[in-house]
Formats: sequence, C-alpha cells, structure tokens
Amino acid sequence: MQWETVIGLEIHAQLATKSKIFSGASTAYGAEPNTQACAVDLGLPGVLPVLNGEAVRMAVKFGLAIGAEIAPRSVFARKNYFYPDLPKGYQISQYELPVVGRGHVDIDLEDGSTKEIGVTRAHLEEDAGKSLHEDFHGMTGIDLNRAGTPLLEIVSEPDMRSAAEAVAYARKIHALVRYLEICDGNMQEGSFRCDANVSVRPRGQEAFGTRAELKNLNSFRFLERAINLEVERQIDIIESGGEVVQETRLYDADRNETRSMRTKEEANDYRYFPDPDLLPLEIGHAFIGEVMKELPELPDAKRLRFEKDYALNHRDALALTASRELADYYEAAVTASGDEPRLTANWVTGELAAALNRDALDISASPVCADMLGGLIKRIADQTISGKIAKQVFEAMWRGEGDADAIIEAKGLKQITDSGAIEKIVEEIVAANPAQVEQYRSGKEKIFGFFVGQVMKATKGKANPQQVNELLKKRLSS
Amino acid sequence: MHTKNISELAAGLRAGEYSSVELTRHFLERIRRLDGGLNSFISVCEDAALAMARAADERLQRGGAGPLTGIPIAHKDIFCTQGLKTSCGSRMLDNFIAPYDATVVERLKRAGAVTLGKTNMDEFAMGSSNETSFYGPVRNPWDGDAVPGGSSGGSAAAVAARLTPAATGTDTGGSIRQPAALCGVTGLKPTYGRVSRYGMIAFASSLDQGGPMTASAADAALVLQAMAGFDERDSTSAEQPVPDYGAELEHDLAGLRIGLPREYFGEGLDAAVAESVEEAVGEYRRLGAEVVDISLPNTHLAVPAYYVVAPAECSSNLARFDGVRYGHRCEDPKNLEDLYKRSRAGGFGDEVKRRILIGTYALSAGYYDAYYLKAQRIRHLISDDFKHAFDRVDVIMGPTTPGTAFRIGERTDDPVSMYLSDIYTIAANLAGLPGISIPVAPVDGKPVGLQIIGNYFAEARLLNVAHKYQQVTDWHTKAPEGYL
Repeated sequence: MQWETVIGLEIHAQLATKSKIFSGASTAYGAEPNTQACAVDLGLPGVLPVLNGEAVRMAVKFGLAIGAEIAPRSVFARKNYFYPDLPKGYQISQYELPVVGRGHVDIDLEDGSTKEIGVTRAHLEEDAGKSLHEDFHGMTGIDLNRAGTPLLEIVSEPDMRSAAEAVAYARKIHALVRYLEICDGNMQEGSFRCDANVSVRPRGQEAFGTRAELKNLNSFRFLERAINLEVERQIDIIESGGEVVQETRLYDADRNETRSMRTKEEANDYRYFPDPDLLPLEIGHAFIGEVMKELPELPDAKRLRFEKDYALNHRDALALTASRELADYYEAAVTASGDEPRLTANWVTGELAAALNRDALDISASPVCADMLGGLIKRIADQTISGKIAKQVFEAMWRGEGDADAIIEAKGLKQITDSGAIEKIVEEIVAANPAQVEQYRSGKEKIFGFFVGQVMKATKGKANPQQVNELLKKRLSS
Repeated sequence: MHTKNISELAAGLRAGEYSSVELTRHFLERIRRLDGGLNSFISVCEDAALAMARAADERLQRGGAGPLTGIPIAHKDIFCTQGLKTSCGSRMLDNFIAPYDATVVERLKRAGAVTLGKTNMDEFAMGSSNETSFYGPVRNPWDGDAVPGGSSGGSAAAVAARLTPAATGTDTGGSIRQPAALCGVTGLKPTYGRVSRYGMIAFASSLDQGGPMTASAADAALVLQAMAGFDERDSTSAEQPVPDYGAELEHDLAGLRIGLPREYFGEGLDAAVAESVEEAVGEYRRLGAEVVDISLPNTHLAVPAYYVVAPAECSSNLARFDGVRYGHRCEDPKNLEDLYKRSRAGGFGDEVKRRILIGTYALSAGYYDAYYLKAQRIRHLISDDFKHAFDRVDVIMGPTTPGTAFRIGERTDDPVSMYLSDIYTIAANLAGLPGISIPVAPVDGKPVGLQIIGNYFAEARLLNVAHKYQQVTDWHTKAPEGYL
C-alpha cells in the first residue's frame, strides 16, 4: 500500500517582550530560580493580570506578516488544569476567539518549487514555569521565572505531507519571527518550540488517519527525525493489522524514539471559559495601520528583490535571505565590495558559510564582518589578488590577523600583473622544460596546465592567472 | 466617641479633643471587651494600629490631613494587608501573611485611616450567614442567637456594635447589603469596576465588588471616596472619574422617581418586613419623591444564574490554593496527587467544596453551553430588565432581604434556603449595578434593610437618596443594647 503522511504543526514562539504578558516582571532567561516571579506570576491570592500591550503588537505583526485577519475582538480564556509549575491552576490563553485568524506562508521545496501552507490561527498565551526534577532527591523543584512569559501559539493546517515539508514550514516561521524581531528563535532555550500532529492515510484517501501529537522536538533535526520515526511506527501498526490510538508522544533524542505520554482518554477537560479578569482585546484599524508601518521587508519580498537587484539565482537568493542577519550581512558586504553582488553571494554562501559551519558560529558572531569580507572581494574584483590567494587572506582574517589590505600587504600577496615580469618567468620555465615544450607542440595540449602550474609555483601563486595563460599561449605557439 | 459619625470624629481630631491614638485605643478597648461574644474579628493588629495612629496624629499636626486621617477602620479578611494574616475565613490561608496591600487597603492607608484588624467572614466569601468561617460564626449584636448575615458578617456586626466606625466589605451576590440589612448598618456595593479588585481575594471575579460598611450614608460617602477610582492593576476597574460624593449628599429629592419592582414584594417576603419597607417608601413620598410600580420580569432567574456563574468562576479562582506555594499543605504528601487531594480536602470547608464541585461541573465539556453560557445569557436578560426600568425611574427600591436575621444553625443543612436569602441582592451583581442597604424600622427588635439600586456609576445618587432618609429618621443611629 502507498501511504501518505499528513502533518500539522503547533509552534510556540516566546515573544521578545521585556516584561511578562500579564505582569511587570522581567522575562530575561537564565536568572536564579524564582527571582523573576512577582506576586502576579506566583499566583498569590488577590492578584490580577494586566495585558502587556507590546505582546499584542508583536502578535499583530506576525498576523500581518502571514496575511491573516487580525480579530477586531479577541478573548482571553482560562485553560484549567492542575500542575505545580502552573501557579494559578489555569493558564490564560485564547480559545474561541484568537487574535490572529487564518493566514498562510509559502515554503520552498527541495525541487525548487513552492507550496502554500495554511496557518489556522495564532493566539496569545502565558507560559508556565518549570519543574526541576534533578538535585531535589525525590522532590520536585519549581522555578517560576518563566511563568507568564508571553507566547504566540501558531497553529498550522494539516497541509504538510513529509517531514521535509514540516521542517521547511518550521524554518519559514522561524525566519519570520526573527525577521519581525518578535522572538529570538532559540530552540535550545525553548523560545521556539514545535509540536507535530502526525497521521498517515492510504494515498488517495480523503479522510485523515488517527493522529499522534509529538512533543519535545527542540531542533529542526529532531523534528524531522521524530516525524519520520512516527510515520514508520504508524505504518507498521496499520500494516500489521493494528490501529493507531490518538495520543501525545514524547520524543527522546538520546534514544531516538518516541514514547506515549498520555492517550486521548487520559486527556484533561480544560474547562475553558472567558477570563473574567481581562476585558476582551479590541484592536482597531488605526493600531493595525501603525503596526503595518513598522513591518520590515519580509523574507519573500527580500528574496525577490535580491534576485532582481543583484541578479542572483533563486537558490542563492533564498539562502541569503534565510535570516535577516544574513541578508543584512550580505548587503553590507556588497556595498563594501564596491558593488560586486554575485561574487559576494558566492563568498557568503561558500567560504563564509563553510567557516561558520565548521566553527558552529552564528552569522552575528562571525570573526569576519561584512566590511572585511567586502574589502576582500574588492581586491579580487580589482585583480589585486586572485581568487585562490583570496582564500588564504580569508583564513587569515578569520584568525584575526587584520583586514584584507593589511594581510595582503604584510604577506606580500599582491598579484603580479606586470607583463614584463610574468613574461620573464614564462621564458625561464619554457627554457627549463624543453621536453614538455616539445610534447605540447606535437599536439598534447593537456600539458599546458603543467606550464601554468610551474609559473604559479615560481610566483608563489601571485601571478595573474589570466595573464599567465595569455603569455604562455603566446610563447608556446611561437 | 463610638457614637459619633466619621465627620464628627474627624472634627474632634482636628480640634484636638482627642488624638488618633486615643481614638484608636478606645476602639481597640471596645473590641477587647465586647468582641468575645460577637467573634466579628479574626485578627486585631494593636501595634500596627497604634503606629498608624501615631503617624496620623503627626499628619494632623503637620497639616495635609484628610477626612479619614486618624479614623479607625476594619478590613474584611478578604483584602490582602501587608504583613498581616489574610485568611479569607479559611483554614487554607490560616498561615498566610500577605506580602502586599490590596489597592483598597493602600488607598485607605494613604487617606490616613487606621487599620484596627481583619473582620470575620464566610469562608472565601461563600455564605450568607457567616457560619462557614473557619474561625466560627459571628453573632448578630442585636440578637446573640441570630446570624449577622454574610459573607461580610464580621464587618457588619463590628460596625453595628460600634467596634469600629467603618469597615470594608465585599459583595458578590449581596455580601455587603445582606449583612448590612441584618445588622442595621449602611452598606454600599458600588458599580462593578468602581472599586479596584486588586488584592481582594477573588470569589467570582465578574461579580465581586468591594465597598464600605458604616453607620450612615454620609460616612459611607467618605469611605467610598477613598476606595473608589481606576487602578491600572485591575483591568476591569473603570476609568470613570470619581465624583465628590460628599458634595452630592444634600440634593433635594423632590421629583425623584422611585421604582418598586412588583417581583420584590411577592411570595416569600416576610409581611412585617414588607410593611417596614413600605413605611420607608412613604417617607420618601413625603420627601417629594414619586413612586412608580415597575417590573423586573427575569428576577426569578437571578438566583439560578448566579449559582452557575459564581461557582464556575470560583472553581477556577480557587485552583491556586494547591498546597504548593503557600497556604495549607497536608503532612507528608506521598506524591503530587496526594498533596493536592489532602491539602485541598483539609484546607477548604464544606460550602467551598460544594461550590467548587458545582462550578467544575458547570464548566465541563458537554455542560458548558447548557449551564455557563445559558447563565451568561440570563445575565443579559437581567441587565436589560434594569435598563428598561431606568428609562422610567431614577432608583429602584425594595427589601434587601426577605426576612430579618435567622437563627444560627437554622439553615446550615439547607443550602437552597440559605441561597434564597440573597434573592433581592443577586440581580444587581449579575447586572453590575450599584446598590445600598440602609436600616429602616426594625421588626421585633431586629433590623430591616431597605435596598436602593441605582444605574451604573450612580453611587452619588444612592448616597444622596440614603442620606436624605437618614436626615429625617434615626434608625441608623440606633445601636444594639450592650453596645452603646
């Protein structure tokens, strides 16, 4: 039987507000336990929530970026359940009326095509605290620093058909929230979390199969792996005559397996009802217009502009707009290069990307800044150095030895473009290798490379390769 | 000193007839001497009170004193008071020292009022007789065998017995007005949103409202003046400006249109109470008011709707009392579930548990529409009833309660008969309207309350209407025997 995978994602993006969604306490990560939890976050008797306007602004930004309708009136509801790191015994969330309605994003597939993925809704809610099970010898520690951190829960339609598509969608949302500067996107710290609803069905069947919800997928790699594991598990069950049960499964990255957390029967009845402590959230046209003006250029628009203005191919433009930081870096480097967009694109997606990857660095932490890279490219363009020498210069810059000009100067890497000087060396090489000259002249033109190599060796790679070619050709055919 | 009203006390302080410390000592001494039989206080904070009184005396000397500077006041134990036990009448919070002041407490402190202590109340404000308190029932100063009403029974009894010139209360379904009526004091429930709920331990958030309980309407105006106003810490508090309540007290009542809802004078109302209320209405006629018969046709739906909405909200509001961070925690919990079960089973009393169960049920999947949503629709119907009534009249009058104070123990086994004692007060909460109860002619020596309901933010009008009655009658000046 041919199986089709159906995937929908729920993404929780922690909003990058300074203070919490319903209190004035700081949201900074990594403080001593319970030092960033005020009376409201602790759920003390008598305290009340007050909505953080900045969180609303961020949610609206996101809504506008995915072409969604912003609800003129949305409602905060209480999701009731008991858990030690949930101080009030309920989470304030949005249920029936979310702030962001239906929208969509386009994802880029492996084969170069794009696919539209529907976003069902996005709503504001508060994060819970953390339960700490280590170091407490049979007890559980509770850290409420995270309690009340604003989250935007982004729910997709079940539009994805493979783990790769799910990853592409998650990356797209990740890029978007970072472009919008509403979330730092840090998956290890949990600022960007994905849950995946996965089911399979016989190809051609319209009805969905029974789904499992996968949790604890804190990297794109784990997301992909967990989905693939789950798809295999479900197909195995069905093919061996069993039935998939609706349940929540936890992904264990160490063992690379998923385990059942709870089944549908064990699921809570959250007894949602509108939170009487908060008024309905009303958003007018004026506010939406204001937020619209704050929207930065978004990834798709930026990619199109890169393709057009910098004459880049789709793949390079896509790679260079993957994050706002990378795109900004690229554009700054183009300027510093004296307008060499294609050469710059090659360097950013080539040498630079490889070096960052090798040292596991983010673009923002690159030891070679955009100006430095642009400076290097400028010297390639004006033929001060060859591309090959440029790689040496780049490595030296990476090691912190200064900018391109200083390194070229200090190491004497300046290209030899003096025809007379090159001619002299060509003459010597031809004279020293009569046998090879003979071979060349008798038609073995492949040996030409040997002469080029000899000249470059003699000049320590500094001779202008084009000139070397020309002069050698001229000399050998005379 | 305890027979004087707040204005007179303030005048005495200003004139140097006595200091705030002396005044405070006087009331502390009365509490010590007289409260043993009443049980109206859960805690008395002598040292803190005297420190506040000394500060008030300095301010009186220095200048900058307001009408409440140096005036003692008691807070219902539902309001968080920094550094003082805030029990909410429950074993659950018997060990809870609030780390912050409720907005109401903070505002009254800023006005210079002196906190005497915290008054007894039904557990988590759930009750109409003060019998559900973990700290035992409060006795009605007019009749030691009778209840004071509830849930602000401690505040009502303390004011009635002149143990304090004023007290704060909260009203979710009648918890200020009903005990005010049964104890013969003046109790005002403001418009929902008029007084901040921050720091007031939530029972039913969409209904709860704090207000003053005093001997007279003029005193209530002074206390409300300090309590009312927008609070950025309470999203449901109103951004309406607060009028000068004192300045509005003396308006003439000629031409005032009073509506008498026929539903408030029907079956279930004690005949003598009805007579007493009608007599008071007669007084208003003599003051120039015009009396109109009106109808609030959905009145009979108020109690059932209330007993869905209030328990539903309480079931969620009381989830935070889980033994994890503060409050009662069972001994040696075996695991998390055991911790929850035994802490909550041991911390809450029966009435609270009953309401949590009702509310949890009403919010459950499959029942939500039939109960909670339907109850919300009834709230709209009830609000519409009032809206139509206020097109024709300025205020609505009727009895606050169907009868006078009942005996302690009389209704504890019959929750429904207990719930019906709030039958006339609940509708104002469901609609969010202000209401005041003032003492009128007693029946068999027991106080009777006249309830006056006004339109949204018409507190000034209510106080004016109540005050004019109190100028021509003296029921509000009467204190029970033994407490004069």
